Amino acid sequence: MFQETALSGQITFFQKLRSLDYILLFCLLILGFVSSLSMYSTEGGEVLYHTKSHVIRFIVFFSMMLIFSFVNLKLWHSIGYIFYFVVLCLLIWASLYGVKASGSQRWVDLYFINLQPSELMKVAIIMCFAKFYHRTQIHLVNSFKNIIIPMVVLIVPILLVVSQPDLGTSILIGLSGLVVLWLSGVNAKYFIYSSLILLISLPFVISFLKPYQKLRILTFFNPDRDPLGAGYQIIQSKIAVGSGGLSGKGFLKGTQSYLDFLPEKHTDFIFTLFSEEHGFIGSVLLLFLYAIIIYRTAKIGGSARSFFGKLFCYGYASSIFIYVTVNMSMVLGLLPIVGSPLPIMSYGGSSMLATMIGFSVVMSTKIYQKQIIA
Amino acid sequence: MISGGSDTSYRKQSVVGRRMFILSAAKLIVFGGIIAQLFSLQINQNKKYLTLSDKNRLREWKLPPIRGDFQDFFGNIIAGNLKVYQLHIIPEQVENFNSLIIRVKDILELDQKTFNKIIKKKNSQKPWETLIISENLSWDQFVKINFYLHELSGVKPVLSVARSYPYNENYTHLLGYVAQASQNDLTNNDEIKKKHVPGLRVGKIGLERSLENDLIGMNGVQRYEVNAYGKRINQIDHIEGQKGKSIRLTVDTKIQEKCNELLKDRAGSISVMDIYTGDILAMHSSPSFDPNLFLYGISYENWESIRSNPKKPLINRSITGLYPPGSTIKPIVALSALENNVISPNFKVNCSGKIEMYGQTYNCWKKKGHGVVNLRDALKVSCDTFFYEMSRRLGVDRLNETAKKFGLGNKVFKNIFNEEKIGLVPSTEWKKNALGRGWVLGETLITGIGQGYIQTTPLQLCLMTAQLANGGFKISPKLIVNKDDLTFEDVKSKMDKNLEKKIQGPDFDDALVDLGISSSKDDDLYSPLFRNQENVKFVLEAMFASTNEVRGTSFSSRIEDKKYQFAGKTGTSQVKRITEAQRELDLDISQIPYEDRDHALYIAFGPYKNPRYAMSVFIEHGGSGGSTAAPMAKKLFKVVIDRHEEREKFKQKNINFVA
Repeated sequence: MFQETALSGQITFFQKLRSLDYILLFCLLILGFVSSLSMYSTEGGEVLYHTKSHVIRFIVFFSMMLIFSFVNLKLWHSIGYIFYFVVLCLLIWASLYGVKASGSQRWVDLYFINLQPSELMKVAIIMCFAKFYHRTQIHLVNSFKNIIIPMVVLIVPILLVVSQPDLGTSILIGLSGLVVLWLSGVNAKYFIYSSLILLISLPFVISFLKPYQKLRILTFFNPDRDPLGAGYQIIQSKIAVGSGGLSGKGFLKGTQSYLDFLPEKHTDFIFTLFSEEHGFIGSVLLLFLYAIIIYRTAKIGGSARSFFGKLFCYGYASSIFIYVTVNMSMVLGLLPIVGSPLPIMSYGGSSMLATMIGFSVVMSTKIYQKQIIA
Repeated sequence: MISGGSDTSYRKQSVVGRRMFILSAAKLIVFGGIIAQLFSLQINQNKKYLTLSDKNRLREWKLPPIRGDFQDFFGNIIAGNLKVYQLHIIPEQVENFNSLIIRVKDILELDQKTFNKIIKKKNSQKPWETLIISENLSWDQFVKINFYLHELSGVKPVLSVARSYPYNENYTHLLGYVAQASQNDLTNNDEIKKKHVPGLRVGKIGLERSLENDLIGMNGVQRYEVNAYGKRINQIDHIEGQKGKSIRLTVDTKIQEKCNELLKDRAGSISVMDIYTGDILAMHSSPSFDPNLFLYGISYENWESIRSNPKKPLINRSITGLYPPGSTIKPIVALSALENNVISPNFKVNCSGKIEMYGQTYNCWKKKGHGVVNLRDALKVSCDTFFYEMSRRLGVDRLNETAKKFGLGNKVFKNIFNEEKIGLVPSTEWKKNALGRGWVLGETLITGIGQGYIQTTPLQLCLMTAQLANGGFKISPKLIVNKDDLTFEDVKSKMDKNLEKKIQGPDFDDALVDLGISSSKDDDLYSPLFRNQENVKFVLEAMFASTNEVRGTSFSSRIEDKKYQFAGKTGTSQVKRITEAQRELDLDISQIPYEDRDHALYIAFGPYKNPRYAMSVFIEHGGSGGSTAAPMAKKLFKVVIDRHEEREKFKQKNINFVA
């Protein structure tokens, strides 16, 4: 009976409801809860602006995600390109008329929200590529045309975001795109060649970097060369994490954070605060939570019959992995400091919105996992 | 649909599945790496980062330590700590700083200069740092501020402590003074560096400086948690500081004050010493100044008046003033001649007022001459001619030996005053080394009357006198009372024992020291400085004659009451060579320009029957020793002897009293 209805594409609402991935939803809710508490801690144990708006955003976007989950996967597939182009237009808009803040122009004023299109692009690029490779036949994947088009599709938004300037997000967009390209079967040699080219051209790229970006890279290799200047963030972050120890200093007792030694504690360094207060055990548990989310997302992809759904889930799971890895490595001193939020944990509406849109598609894939898209 | 693309669809699925598998493996490895890094930071290096985090958040504020007191022999505080009223503002806690500060300015009636200084200070420090408006409010100002306090929120009247010298200029050169620690103080004294807080006062000269490390005390500590901007969030800890050691000195304020009174308006120095214990009862240099002026930074006017005073109040004449001793050296010259058997007490010289030697004329101070004089008379009337002849026979090197033994040409204190001067007792070897020229015999003659190269400090002369007066035993002058100080009786019996040993024959102990078998040479304290004590006694008797017999140079300053009777020797030392013509003029002292006038000196000891104290009086450009210095000694002796009884009574009552 199920098969029949599945084949006919007719699924009842209760069937949809039952086929939601509750483990994934539960993990997301826990993450939302943990992130709200962390935000509460950044404000020294008071419910102030950041905590309030973070909680509201989480509730609104999580509900939105639940509703969008029931949208037919076909619809997501059909708007794959449109979504990309809309976000691209918003990026151009941001470059031209965007809101400036702290030296970069990344936001579009939509009256009810200051939207950061570059965050949406992180999801849009995956949707766009998923649709592109859904259609492309396997033997044509490595044809010249099918290499060039995705490259252009990927490079245009990257350049736009770099020019804002926002190195961190552009790297994340690039990596998200590349990981989908890899999954869709683009010949491994292209990756090897291009990384070789990148390596050779690195000195030239560096020479085009802004002085503060160069400083960050130098600082990454030796944070002590300027402990009060460029190295300050990474040194203080490592002190905070390291002083957390096995079980942490306790909730609301992270001295590095409440005495303001920790920079950007709401956004990029939220994990540092969490790690200082909850220690090694807490940090590993948080990492485990992300691992479950990534695993469940990938698992949905694995059981999806449509290539679009499969590729999107695989790609999105990998992207989440990349966001988490880049952010944590950064605050633990394994990578240079580039602006990159930790999904759901970090403060930021656009990031939250983009993340939830991604999970909508993932949930939709779960609900419509037996559906085949022409 | 299913059939059409099934092959390509299947291949696509398998490619993506395979690649996802590779990717998942990579993800696991990367997550493993992150966990490894977390482990390394939080488990392996936890201690290091905890320390760093504490270093971040905990800041210690040192509180100024409370300085130890100085007390005189009787326990009177001569340098203490005074409660002072200060006014503090923490600008951050003030709503409208500008209007508040103007209000405060009006209430305290601050002048524009001080006001500007405060504004400048405010701008140079962080808003949460305490701004000291005034370090020393007068009582009236303090009362006024407290009256208006309700409308001056943010202003804090504070009770603090500051150094005070209750006897003002009396102890200035002895104690020195304190002032804000300079960069120099910090680099030269680790103790100061360790305990330094802004505004800390440290000793600049004198005992305040040399005893700094005992006086300074221990800082109290307040530990605060601070935020990244250095702002105090809350207090974690408070450790009480410790007051510095109180130091009791051997000086007697009554005698010290008398010295100051005697030297009023003059440049000079008076020192009084116990001839057995070496206790210094008084040591005053004049003119002096009020050290309290230096506490809050001396004002320009005050500093100028001290600095430009031609009598140079900043100099501690007692130990850094170098002057020719004049005739006060004669007891040592006589002793040296006797000890070396150059002459016998019966040796006579006919003084005609001058003597021709080596083609030069050497004058006696008395133009008419003293006639035929023996050694006793020569000391009594201070006959220069006799001493020329005797010095000629003695030679400068033997004189040098005796003079050095008795304390000339050496520092009196080991290391209390780093400005202390050694002085100079010439010898043939010294001249060859220092000036590169050979000794001229004529120079021996003038050395014999305390002129020429020889230079001594007033305190050296006092020590010399003391060591003669105690029968010729070595003593060690001291200013600080210690628990294990020997009493007069202890010292006396030690001296007697040492004398007995000497009489008994070959000095066994000395021989041991010389052979390097026995311990330090420092044990020669209280040991005899003479070969034959009769020689010392002879000199002392002649000094008695000089003061108490008719024709003696200080006869007019004698005291006949046996209780106060003292013996002494005058000295009048020439500042510049005088020509024959000037000598003929015989000018009155008031007719000579101040800086060309002779120095007046007087050394004395008493009471004569059982001497206990020695003193030296030095008046810079004071004229003759007999007319200027000796009368002061007379006045002072009365006080010293009277105070002796008080001192003994006090000792009886407070056997173990240190401070």
